[in-house]
Amino acid sequence: MNALYDTTVNGTLTPPGAELPRLLRAPAAGPGGLDVHVDAYGPLPSGRDVIALVDAAGLTGRGGAGFPTARKLATVAAAGRRTVVVGNGGEGEPAAGKDLLLLHTVPHLVLDGLSLAAEAVRASDTYLYVERGSPALPGLEAAVRERRRAGMDRRRVEIVHAPPRFLAGEESALVNRVSGGAALPRATPPRVFERGVRGRPTLVQNVETLAQIALIARYGPAWFRALGTAAEPGTMLFSVSGAVAAPRVIEAEIGVSLPALLGAAGGQIARLQAVLYGGYHGGWLPAADALAIPLANTALRPRGVSLGAGVVVALPADACGLAETARVARYLADESAKQCGPCLNGLPRIADALAVLARPHPDRRTRAWIERWSSLVAGRGACHHPDGTVRFVRSALRVFAHEADLHEGGRCSATTRRAVLPVPAPGVPAPRDWR
Amino acid sequence: MAGTGRAPAGKLTGPKLRVNWIACDGRGLCAELLPELVGRDEWGYPIIADAPVPPHLSEYAQRAVTICPKLALRLVPPG
Repeated sequence: MNALYDTTVNGTLTPPGAELPRLLRAPAAGPGGLDVHVDAYGPLPSGRDVIALVDAAGLTGRGGAGFPTARKLATVAAAGRRTVVVGNGGEGEPAAGKDLLLLHTVPHLVLDGLSLAAEAVRASDTYLYVERGSPALPGLEAAVRERRRAGMDRRRVEIVHAPPRFLAGEESALVNRVSGGAALPRATPPRVFERGVRGRPTLVQNVETLAQIALIARYGPAWFRALGTAAEPGTMLFSVSGAVAAPRVIEAEIGVSLPALLGAAGGQIARLQAVLYGGYHGGWLPAADALAIPLANTALRPRGVSLGAGVVVALPADACGLAETARVARYLADESAKQCGPCLNGLPRIADALAVLARPHPDRRTRAWIERWSSLVAGRGACHHPDGTVRFVRSALRVFAHEADLHEGGRCSATTRRAVLPVPAPGVPAPRDWR
Repeated sequence: MAGTGRAPAGKLTGPKLRVNWIACDGRGLCAELLPELVGRDEWGYPIIADAPVPPHLSEYAQRAVTICPKLALRLVPPG
């Protein structure tokens, strides 16, 4: 057994205490990063029942869906046949930055998690899915080489490039891409844990989930649960932007208050009107509600939003929520894989109507049209792109209803048209072949 | 395939029609054959209620599945 492995089955590493950050405690990128990493976090544990530990920790997926990680691990482990594990770093969400940050600063923590997950489901192949051209790629490739030289990972990790598209990280699109095809969603069933990469049972885990597994395997479930809420234990990476002094990725415990989170991002720089949670498949909340509700799904879901992959955008009072929503709806329509009729036809119509609603004196039937097209696309696609888009659009019609009234009267409360929500520059063509 | 038996009225548990949205190109044969269960949206794609096929229509539902030129329609068991 290599010296880098912790060979004591029942030995516990000294937990680093309950302070933050956990995931981002010891940046260890670049040459020699493996030594820095092992010094900071301790050796990669082996021989532990990772599924049981993750189950006791109550870890949920950090990629957006929030599914219990142990259940996913157990399902693929039970599938038996030569399974596959893919670390999903295909972060297509323009307002998110946490996967890139993790891959860039703590590549070994992600690779530890990948190794542990692969061990837990007895995978024969492991992949890491990262956007083509990502600034994290050179460091990741070096980290994979360094670990191989050190005899650290039992399986070779192959890095697969994701196209820079919103849906590239969708589970079935990822499976198609890792299988050698285009990153296009496919019809389900079968689900990827039944038949995934090249027809084999496949575990797809977000890279933050993998990094959390690497910590839980070392320090145990009780340590993990020392932060977060009983229902949603642990920390999470939040990509905080909008009306804050220092937009950045922040590691905070689940259940943190919005004022505390905005404070960690340099503090509010304007009065807020609304907050977007969960990214462009997420939803808006009025600022007054958002400031009073903790960032936990148990609190947010009754309001129709969820944490998703941790995107939080604070919309200042001087911006137009309808113009912001219209711009993103256009982007989402363009990012449709255009495989399914209702999505292909409906999203552009919704985007067109929102563009009308964002201007003075829209036709008074516009909102009714948006609602009709929304009901025609929701639930009628192979993937959740139409559903997520409709969730986002409907939340805007609720939260910015008064603004829409003003627009119908020829007025707008905004004093600036400076864009808050990021969308990729129009000059950058998305790859047509989805590879 | 279940659904050919007689279920008590009002408590249907038979199979449901499901569309493969990638395969479907909105030709509308299913809607012509089974207007009781299949409508069409303004682009021609099928609108199907998320409800079990009633027993007296199960034969037509099966034919709609067979006749779809894109093989985009399936009957899936309840649950």
